[in-house]
Amino acid sequence: MSSSLVTAAYVGAIILFILSLGGLSNPETSRRGNLYGIIGMTIAVLATVFGPRVTAAGIPWLVGAMVVGGSIGLYAARTVQMTQMPELVAIMHSLVGLAACLVGFASYIDTSITLTGAEKTIHEVEIYVGILIGAVTFSGSVIAFGKLSGKIGGKPLLLPARHWINLVGLVVVIWYGREFILAKDIASGMTPLIVMTVISLLFGIHMVMAIGGADMPVVVSMLNSYSGWAAAATGFMLSNDLLIVTGALVGSSGAILSYIMCRAMNRNFISVIAGGFGTGGGAPAAKGAGEPAGEVVSISAAETADLLREAKSVIIVPGYGMAVAQAQHTVFEITKHLREKGVNVRFGIHPVAGRMPGHMNVLLAEAKVPYDIVLEMDEINADFPDTDVSMVIGANDIVNPAAQDDPASPIAGMPVLEVWKAKTSIVMKRSMASGYAGVDNPLFYKDNNRMLFGDAKKMLDEVLGALKA
Amino acid sequence: MSLQIGVPRETFPGEKRVATVPEVVEKLKKLGFGVLVESGAGEAANCGDDAYRAAGAEVVPDAATLWSRADIVFKVRAPSADEVARVREGQTLVSFIWPAQNPELMQQLAARKATVLAIDCLPRQLSRAQKMDALTSMAGISGYRAVIEAANAFGRFFSGQITAAGKVPPAKVFIAGAGVAGLAAIGTAANLGAIVRANDTRAEVADQVKSLGGEFVKVDYEEEGSGGGGYAKVMSEGFQKAQREMYAQQAKDADIIITTALIPGKPAPKLITAEMVQSMKPGSVIVDMAGEQGGNCELTVPGEAVVRHGVTIVGYTDLASRLAKQSSTLYATNLFRLTEELCKTKDGVIDVNMEDDAIRGLTVIKDGAVTWPAPPPKLPAAPPPAAKPAVPPPAPKGHGHGAGEPMSAGALATVFGIGALAFWFVGAHAPAAFLGHFTVFVLACFVGYMVIWNVTPSLHTPLMSVTNAISSIIVIGALVQIAPPESGGGRPDEVIRWVAIVGIALTSINMFGGFAVTRRMLAMFRK
Repeated sequence: MSSSLVTAAYVGAIILFILSLGGLSNPETSRRGNLYGIIGMTIAVLATVFGPRVTAAGIPWLVGAMVVGGSIGLYAARTVQMTQMPELVAIMHSLVGLAACLVGFASYIDTSITLTGAEKTIHEVEIYVGILIGAVTFSGSVIAFGKLSGKIGGKPLLLPARHWINLVGLVVVIWYGREFILAKDIASGMTPLIVMTVISLLFGIHMVMAIGGADMPVVVSMLNSYSGWAAAATGFMLSNDLLIVTGALVGSSGAILSYIMCRAMNRNFISVIAGGFGTGGGAPAAKGAGEPAGEVVSISAAETADLLREAKSVIIVPGYGMAVAQAQHTVFEITKHLREKGVNVRFGIHPVAGRMPGHMNVLLAEAKVPYDIVLEMDEINADFPDTDVSMVIGANDIVNPAAQDDPASPIAGMPVLEVWKAKTSIVMKRSMASGYAGVDNPLFYKDNNRMLFGDAKKMLDEVLGALKA
Repeated sequence: MSLQIGVPRETFPGEKRVATVPEVVEKLKKLGFGVLVESGAGEAANCGDDAYRAAGAEVVPDAATLWSRADIVFKVRAPSADEVARVREGQTLVSFIWPAQNPELMQQLAARKATVLAIDCLPRQLSRAQKMDALTSMAGISGYRAVIEAANAFGRFFSGQITAAGKVPPAKVFIAGAGVAGLAAIGTAANLGAIVRANDTRAEVADQVKSLGGEFVKVDYEEEGSGGGGYAKVMSEGFQKAQREMYAQQAKDADIIITTALIPGKPAPKLITAEMVQSMKPGSVIVDMAGEQGGNCELTVPGEAVVRHGVTIVGYTDLASRLAKQSSTLYATNLFRLTEELCKTKDGVIDVNMEDDAIRGLTVIKDGAVTWPAPPPKLPAAPPPAAKPAVPPPAPKGHGHGAGEPMSAGALATVFGIGALAFWFVGAHAPAAFLGHFTVFVLACFVGYMVIWNVTPSLHTPLMSVTNAISSIIVIGALVQIAPPESGGGRPDEVIRWVAIVGIALTSINMFGGFAVTRRMLAMFRK
């Protein structure tokens, strides 16, 4: 296959990738979008393998590597629980980051590439930057995986003077970058490169460690973005337009998602990345001056069932608690039961509900909830005053009225689902502990609010039982 | 030769209705028919012989003459034994018959070799048949009259008032059965100012009850009671128990109970027991509209108003007849519409077309052969239970979070300024080969930006996993390193190959896993 033909195949692959992302604009077309992505990837890989840059000697090696990797990937994809999706996505990001590092190192020690002058400098900068991004993506994603899967606590690790540590790291990286470019041969350039890699890895770890659980959607989408930029940097390094375009597509996708997530929390990107917000959860709210006044009224599962049965319209607001308790199937059973009785049941999804963008939608889809009754915050917020019962399942900060009422609240200005405007709101929680933002929730003390304490799955099963009785 | 339509005087004691009125006589004549009216037929409904004459009908002195001359006879009540004896071979009779309740009558009529159209057998679910639906028009009148009878027997106002002489609480009316009669009663009672509650085994009528100003009371039990043809069916034991409890509760609270529960071909269900009557306040009223089928209340005496335990129980079976003028007019119009269907040629000749669903249903005896019951009409008007409220498709709207507020001019200028500076820097220092890649990169960022804003938020997780899969395009970087044509010649082949193999394996995990898991996720999204 000639190099022109390979280039033409790459253009085809690029178009398919763009169509693939475009297909995701609608659930109807999304399946086809994924198929476009698969075809594009197949074309790109085959064109490369049969192109002029790979000789026959390499084919057994690469086939072997792909079979091993592909089997692991398919196995993981088949067995993963939908509630574990954030972890899976995070660990996959780390693989891209690691691959970018490896390709960067291999490219540096490849003596067959002989460049001089500005082109040599640019090539070396590209290698340096590519490895840097790859390393940050790798270590950051590994830590994110640990946090999401609960292997590392969700509490942010806040080192003293952490901003200074980051700054010193950056200065060192730039200084070694200069050393690297000035290095006469590969052996003398290796030291700065390895030092930089270690610093980048540490930086990635430090960055994600400092971010609390509730900010994980931002982190996951940011790492998604980084994995794209790493691919783009590799493309520059190898002068490969396909890598550049695809990397840029993925990079901007992740960047936009991060931006949407940040806006949904009314925070700016820098402050999320700088960390220091959000606790590990579980600590009962401190009794402070801002303690909301009022009584917390608890309710039993049977009473909840009564309220639901008598309602004409119900909005369910799921949160991370539903994912943790694996309660989505019971939620669907309740929904189905109520809908059969003519109750208008809908779902209100906050953009940052759960641990990654769109997390709740995937869980509800898994439980077979039709997607046309799953609505976004903006679509459903106006409907709460006409709603009889709003049911909050394992969510807290995203339904906190303090975001609107209390300018002094840490989450002031964050858009929230206005569940308290419904005639009755029911909050399902394990205890009175505050959410990830560590902010007490005045919703619990409102007159029309009822608390249903207990594990979401267990309580919902009881509610379902009472509904059917 | 045009056929003669005969309208005899109703012979049933107390029956005041008549099968046609002068206004309709004119219309029948326009269809080409001659009309014979027995003298005095419309007297009780305020339609004198002169009025009929003026409309073009011929008034005949007695029933014998009428029956012998008429080709088609219009009646209200099912014919009495005397009348059956007058039916001739080849004559057509249009009337209420109730074939299920009157098997003997059917046999006698069949023996006379006549054709009989039973207006009560109309397939009501055909929308085309509604204009002929005398059951509906009669039931509506009965429902209205039931409230009037209740008001007559009830010693208080219906509407709540605050007067100088004291406060009057509004009457509480409970209506059992929200069919046509029940709905008419709800509307009438609500218009009089009463608090109206109603119940029906068919849950779908709740909205109709509300639209007329009533409150729908549910039975605390799950069962759908729609029996087809707009009637209710017999409910299960568990349901009936829950229903009895609900009725007992309503009886204690209500001042007036109007019952309209009928099940076709069966005695009326006994909804109100003697104990419930006892539990009612003295002076309360029950109007039992099902009196003819035995009554919904155990203490009902059909055709009479009685007082039991201080409660007036009205069991009149002639509620429609008590509004004779109104019900005669509506009934006459129903029969006229039927005549139109029978005589599409407008030449005064009828054609009993058994291919027509409506006519087929009505015809219970055709030329002496019993054709009742008719097979169900071929086109069921509505699929029975699947009448779930269809969610209207949401109006198409752009999703994503794009198209926010435009940036301020100052901010925009700053962004463009910084951008211009960056591009100048790149253009001034970078070599040509790099610039080519740079162009591609910047354009790709823009394409990505445009495409991603269109992604619907519910698909953000699949978006992340598919972009993650796509980012394994980095495998190409490893592929070109594994065994390039420049191998050998001082290049550390072994090291590079192993690094590349590890890279390929890692990205393959990502590539295959990413696409597979996206596929799995997207397959779950369904309407």
